[in-house]
Amino acid sequence: MQFDFLALYEALPALLVGALATLRITALSIAVGLVIGLGAGLARVWPNSFLRSISSAYIELIRGTPLLVQIFLVYFGLPALGLNLDPFVAGVLAMGINSGAYVGEIVRGGIESIAQGQMEAALSLGMSWWQSMYYVVLPQALFRILPSLGNEFIALLKDSSLVSTIAIAELTRTGQIIITRTFKSFEIWVGVALFYFIMTYAISRAVRYSEKRMRYSE
Amino acid sequence: MSDWVIKVSNLNKYFGSNHVLRDINFQVKFGEVVSIIGASGSGKSTLLRCLNGLEPIQSGEIVVDGVKINGEKVDLSRIRQSIGMIFQSFNLFPHMSVLDNVILAPHRVKKIPRREAEEIALELLGKVGLAEKAHSYPYQLSGGQKQRVAIARALAMNPKVMMFDEPTSALDPETVNDVLDVMKELAKEGMTMIVVTHEMGFAREVSQRVMHIDEGRILEEGTPEEIFYHPRNPRTRAFLSKVINI
Repeated sequence: MQFDFLALYEALPALLVGALATLRITALSIAVGLVIGLGAGLARVWPNSFLRSISSAYIELIRGTPLLVQIFLVYFGLPALGLNLDPFVAGVLAMGINSGAYVGEIVRGGIESIAQGQMEAALSLGMSWWQSMYYVVLPQALFRILPSLGNEFIALLKDSSLVSTIAIAELTRTGQIIITRTFKSFEIWVGVALFYFIMTYAISRAVRYSEKRMRYSE
Repeated sequence: MSDWVIKVSNLNKYFGSNHVLRDINFQVKFGEVVSIIGASGSGKSTLLRCLNGLEPIQSGEIVVDGVKINGEKVDLSRIRQSIGMIFQSFNLFPHMSVLDNVILAPHRVKKIPRREAEEIALELLGKVGLAEKAHSYPYQLSGGQKQRVAIARALAMNPKVMMFDEPTSALDPETVNDVLDVMKELAKEGMTMIVVTHEMGFAREVSQRVMHIDEGRILEEGTPEEIFYHPRNPRTRAFLSKVINI
């Protein structure tokens, strides 16, 4: 079999546009996921047991169902409730809600990994639970979970290929479209894989860099 | 206003079905230094943790500075501001400089402006002999230095009473005295102190009163003279003969 470099070369500009769309949808999903995940993680360790069980239920439900099904539920299901979403918004929402559950577990793990004595020392100084969490426990926890968060971001970027199913022209979808025109599936999928790898590699380098910059000894 | 800063009545504490503190009754006067001695696992640290609400109690009453601290609708944060707590394992905040460790609570809780809080912090760090370490991080300090920073951090809230939970047990022998010296200085200045300790020398020299806790009970209580030289209870006698080698 021949590898048609020219076909790949000619597809690069279109794939780049697709990659940028993937980057955009992933970045927004990460932002939504971080906000939800921080809340869910804090709720899991909050003294209030009602919030704790809500957060647990959310995390279990999301982790127990496929992202693809969640995407379909948001995109095709919500209109049944009278809420019509643009595919892009539906994609970001579904991925953000999905990521929030995983980030929530990571945040909870990070908080629980910080020695109990830190919270006790902060409380003993007269700080409230919230102040102790915010100024003492959380900064240490966030630092500690940075590598796990990086892994989650990378997983999310790759999983964003699933929103190609709701007609968002991100990287995977762009590849599919080019292939229907050129029939060069091998070359184009190689190109698609290459773009995914460049983006995930960049994220992993960025996380490692920020880890180094934030380093302190314990 | 009474002259008691802490009054404990009929305190009982359980961990599950384990009865760890039994009918504890005692009072601590303003300016008094009380040492609590006893074998490991006797309940002394737990008692201290009950006094600032880190551990809930199952029955009895704890009054600190005229405020009952157990029960419903108690603002524990407010009460804890007047109780400095020193832990065996220091518990400095590793992600902050020494100076930030000391100013965090005064700045965030008492809303003292940062600049003013820094002045107070530097003065207190000077007092514990560590002014030049203000911009170091905890990992750069020895155990004894960490514990002295912890003392400065607690003092920054201007507490009415200082509680020490085996403050020198985790230290290298050569740094123990630096910490004890700071504590002696505090005692001399009239700070009310409750010290859970295995340092019998300190208990004998510095405290006005010594309590021996055994299996969750205050077995014997008295002046250092009474406890160390004329213990009445045979179990106190047995404990002391094990820990004091003269």
